[in-house]
Amino acid sequence: MSGFVESIKVLFGAAPSRPDKTKFSPEVKELHAKKKLDPERIAAIHEELAEAKKLPQKWRRRRWAVLIIVNLLFVLSYHLDISLLEGSLTGSRFMGFHMADLNSALQVMLAYKHVVLNLIIGTTTIFIMWWLLGGRTFCSWVCPYHLVAEWAESLHLKLAEKGWVKDHPFDRRTRTWFWLIFVTLAIVTGYTVYETISPTGILSRALIYGPGLALLWVALLLLFEIFYSRRAWCRYGCPIGLTYGLVGTISPLKVQYHLVDCLHEGECRKVCMVPHVLDTVIKGKANDLDVDIGADCTRCGRCVEVCPTESLTFKFKGIGDKL
Amino acid sequence: MANDTKKNTVKAKPRLTRKQKERRQLLRSLAYTVGITGVALLGYVPVLGQWVKRLRPPGALEEDRFLSACIKCGQCVQVCPVEAIKLADIDEGFGIGVPYIDPRKQACDFSCDGLQCVLACPTGALTHDIDYPAQVNIGKAKLDKPQICLAMLGKGFKGATRAQDNFDGVLRFDEVDRWNAVPLTSQEFDLEICDLCVRLCPIEVRANQCDAGHPPSGDHSQCPPRAIKLVEISNENGVKKMKPEILDGCVGCGVCEMVCPTAEPAIVVDINEHRGDGKNQWEPDSRDIKTVKELG
Repeated sequence: MSGFVESIKVLFGAAPSRPDKTKFSPEVKELHAKKKLDPERIAAIHEELAEAKKLPQKWRRRRWAVLIIVNLLFVLSYHLDISLLEGSLTGSRFMGFHMADLNSALQVMLAYKHVVLNLIIGTTTIFIMWWLLGGRTFCSWVCPYHLVAEWAESLHLKLAEKGWVKDHPFDRRTRTWFWLIFVTLAIVTGYTVYETISPTGILSRALIYGPGLALLWVALLLLFEIFYSRRAWCRYGCPIGLTYGLVGTISPLKVQYHLVDCLHEGECRKVCMVPHVLDTVIKGKANDLDVDIGADCTRCGRCVEVCPTESLTFKFKGIGDKL
Repeated sequence: MANDTKKNTVKAKPRLTRKQKERRQLLRSLAYTVGITGVALLGYVPVLGQWVKRLRPPGALEEDRFLSACIKCGQCVQVCPVEAIKLADIDEGFGIGVPYIDPRKQACDFSCDGLQCVLACPTGALTHDIDYPAQVNIGKAKLDKPQICLAMLGKGFKGATRAQDNFDGVLRFDEVDRWNAVPLTSQEFDLEICDLCVRLCPIEVRANQCDAGHPPSGDHSQCPPRAIKLVEISNENGVKKMKPEILDGCVGCGVCEMVCPTAEPAIVVDINEHRGDGKNQWEPDSRDIKTVKELG
């Protein structure tokens, strides 16, 4: 239960809390006590990583494939007129069955203050789907902005390595403010204010119905992320991420951390878009042998693939880590 | 002296303390919040200023409520067989991603028969309360430039309409293809007096079918009131001049605006004018059925 509350607090932007070491089980205590950083092995790992040049990309490739296929399905369905996946990411029909993006549906409900049955069906379908699949999984596996932002991020990292740009982190509570602001604006103004700037909606429509001026706004966001703040939109801005994060708090699909094998050498936190969810992998912080990663995790699998000791795995409650 | 200055500048830039760093981050975050919210609220400007007045698809709620109810998904765009519906860009602010029709480019000719866009709408922004073309209330046609209207000038029309501006819009001609619209420019006319806006009006086409005893889909309740007719205004020296008169059955679909052969359309749809109280209010009633019955 405390894990659930902590997951929500971190999702809203709180710093991960320090674990109460007195409450650790004897095994965990023993592991923490015995575990000395093994500098030689870590150095060997780093050497190996440096030689490999490129980090493992297994999950990233799968994820990019899924993201591109889903978005392509929208495009092809329209242009080939096969009615498989009609609409765009804000609202669609999969083989005739309604689906509505949770954040867009929320904006419409609050602005219009009236809900028709189709929207209830669409919202429920999407809620169940993303509850099963982990909430923010939407972000890294479907959202087209995530993909372009990932490319912008690698550019940012290259430039940062050369010392040409510097990352300026924001307070993570900013996203919660945004969420509240856009909810309030929808109620007060009666318009779906957030949709005006939503890069997810803009990109999805641009892919399906053709490009427009709105892409300039998306380009501006990307430039901001390349030159000023790493992954600024997905990390600190996007209210869609928070909406799906809330769904993911109770999701059976999670990334799980296993204390036993971990050497605490920190590769996972370097690649993570939301490294605060990996606070538990820092030496001495895990409060159990296996720890579920919190709701802000997008289940992108970067940490799973780069961990040299396989201390992070996907897990589906009931099926275990057989994924 | 130069050395001193150098020392001073170095001293003036000490490493930030943790607290200072946090303060800067908080200020930065506030600026980010204000900036993004500000950009989003800029979307209010085109809406408040009513910069754009668009024809909305059939069944659209009143403009303000339409913008809030629309989820900006474009499903109406996808189902429209004549591709009359387009989505607005970011320059229309809160209206981004909201569907509209530019009738001069492609009007809604109801060739889907069943108001597919209304059926596709997931949020009821295109109201699910209507079933038939005659219930639609997008706007009302008006004779905008009577001085160029061919009928007003007593002129006929020969050839394909709008062939001069490489027009690629389509229209359904029941006698050519009952199910599919064909390019407007593929049809040739030879008219003594131009009556394209009347002859091609989808509501008039349906009313004529009803009068002939063949209502659309064999459904008498679909028989609409008349939408437009030509009335004689003068007959001098054998030159008959006629004026298009818009009737209560006009739904504002924009076909008249699309087919008008003059360089600028003489007849256009006025979105500020609506039949009745502006709602999609025409109800199929017994009177229409009786008319058909009377005809036997």
